[in-house]
Amino acid sequence: MHPTAADRLPAASKRVPLGFALAWARGLRPVTESKPALIGAGLVLCWVLAAVLAPAIAPYPPNANDMAALAQPTPSSTHWLGTDHLGRDILSRILWGARTVLTVAPLAVLGAALLGSLLGLTAGYYRGWIDLAIGRACDILLSFPVIILYMIILAHFGSSALNIIGVLTLTKAPIIARIVRGLTIELREREYVAAAKLRGESPLYVMLVEILPNARGPLIVDMCLRTGYNVVIIGALGFLGIGLPPPDPDWGGMVKDTYGMMSVWPHMALFPCAAISSLVIGFNLLAVGLREIGLRD
Amino acid sequence: MALTVARFVLKHVAFLLLTLLVVSFLVFTLNELSPGDVARKVLGAYATQEQVELLTRELGLNRPVLVRYVEFLGRLAVGDLGMSTRFKLPVKDIIWQRLANTAFLAALAFACIVPLSMLLGIVAGMYESSPLDRAILLFATVVASVPEFALGVFLASIFVVALGWLPGTATLVAGGGWSIASQLVLPVAVIVLFDAGYVVSMIRASMIEVMQRPYIRTATLKGMTFRRVVVRHALRNAMINPITVILLQINYLISGVVVVETVFAYPGFGRMILEAALFKDIALVEVGALVAVGVAVLTQILGDLAYVLLDPRIRP
Repeated sequence: MHPTAADRLPAASKRVPLGFALAWARGLRPVTESKPALIGAGLVLCWVLAAVLAPAIAPYPPNANDMAALAQPTPSSTHWLGTDHLGRDILSRILWGARTVLTVAPLAVLGAALLGSLLGLTAGYYRGWIDLAIGRACDILLSFPVIILYMIILAHFGSSALNIIGVLTLTKAPIIARIVRGLTIELREREYVAAAKLRGESPLYVMLVEILPNARGPLIVDMCLRTGYNVVIIGALGFLGIGLPPPDPDWGGMVKDTYGMMSVWPHMALFPCAAISSLVIGFNLLAVGLREIGLRD
Repeated sequence: MALTVARFVLKHVAFLLLTLLVVSFLVFTLNELSPGDVARKVLGAYATQEQVELLTRELGLNRPVLVRYVEFLGRLAVGDLGMSTRFKLPVKDIIWQRLANTAFLAALAFACIVPLSMLLGIVAGMYESSPLDRAILLFATVVASVPEFALGVFLASIFVVALGWLPGTATLVAGGGWSIASQLVLPVAVIVLFDAGYVVSMIRASMIEVMQRPYIRTATLKGMTFRRVVVRHALRNAMINPITVILLQINYLISGVVVVETVFAYPGFGRMILEAALFKDIALVEVGALVAVGVAVLTQILGDLAYVLLDPRIRP
């Protein structure tokens, strides 16, 4: 005879803390197994360190003008990456810029993951008209070319870090909701979910404790990708002049201010471009590597 | 078959209309919620309060939102798109020219993206895990990671600043010794590189999946040459998923085009919406957003339709 769901009660209730511990151990091991993941993690880690240590390692305050450098803004021994059109040290601005972008992008991903998981779990768990309504709302949001949505919202409400996080959360949540919904539909038929339901657990408990932790693999890969995309979008918004407000350094804004001077001082735009590119490449390689490892398991 | 396709199209067109209705309402109310007077923006900081109030009344901005929204829909229905406060011209006189410019740029880019990414994706997927595959995957990941504006700056610093082969702007007005064709090279290159990276990875993944199917093994065991297996059996099945993705790419193209147009000062639709949004040109933003969403949803429908036509298994 098949063991019924109730037979598995002890195992099912023990599964959760054990699952978390395993996830931690497993989460660290595979990164070293894939070359793209290793390179990606290295790049991201470098920028995280730069962001955390910016106040200590940046040679100058990010908004300080060195008038003496205006005549010769190219890289030198006093300004390693040179200065921009206002005599501000580019290295310091890039380091401080990492701080901004690495706060805003992950926070927006976290917001999107929270909102998206909740919507996806609800849609996949209850199905029926709830699923249909959430699905349609997501479709409508997704059909909007994102940059145009940002332009409309940010141009109207002004651009602050909080607004950018809000808009990014709103537009990325549907994508995560779709992924989580698909996984939930698959996972809700599992025995440990049936066991939890038999125990009389609330739907919220089943969704958050039984289903969500088991959907984490694809979710983590996607969050890596989303963080990379968010960095791109934050950069693009800065470049279009509707990003984080000046004078605080923002990579996209640094390019916007100086790319008109490319023919004379190309370094002013090139270094921030290199910074943002390497960070996004880092996140995307990490995602590619993690997906490879996930497929192998 | 014809009936199913007709029902399919009808259902999707209904969704298109619903989406457009929701979007238009959202954009319209957003304009209302945002601080700052339209009349003040038009007249500038030195206009007197009376002048501002007069224009507000003249434009009918003092009436309730819902009334104006319904009126707006009615005007759209008869083809009256309103006046642009930014350009002081009827919206319909501006928008089609800009849209045509952008469509031209996107079409050129699209014509390069499809063959390039199909070639790279199929080759990489055929020889999974070979050095060639690793190289293509790395290339695709890297070019899809570099933001469009950074890609523009990198390419411009090489071909404009260092080599002097190409012009740095694409204004579509021949001048300074540069032809219009030479102006288009860099903008198209940026869009192609950024979007192709993503499409290549999709086609590669799909190809790998198909190559592992039993019917491929059967064909190989029958003694078919590898080339014939790929051309006769794998390609058609491997193309089903990417076709949807390629059509969805048009949505990304619209977003990417805004940035690229700004980098190269291209007189396109994306830059027009940016200017309009910054200037609170309600009529232009409204119509522009509706057109953009319409194009995006329409290509989604085409993608779904292609999917249904290509894959007999999902025909209802």
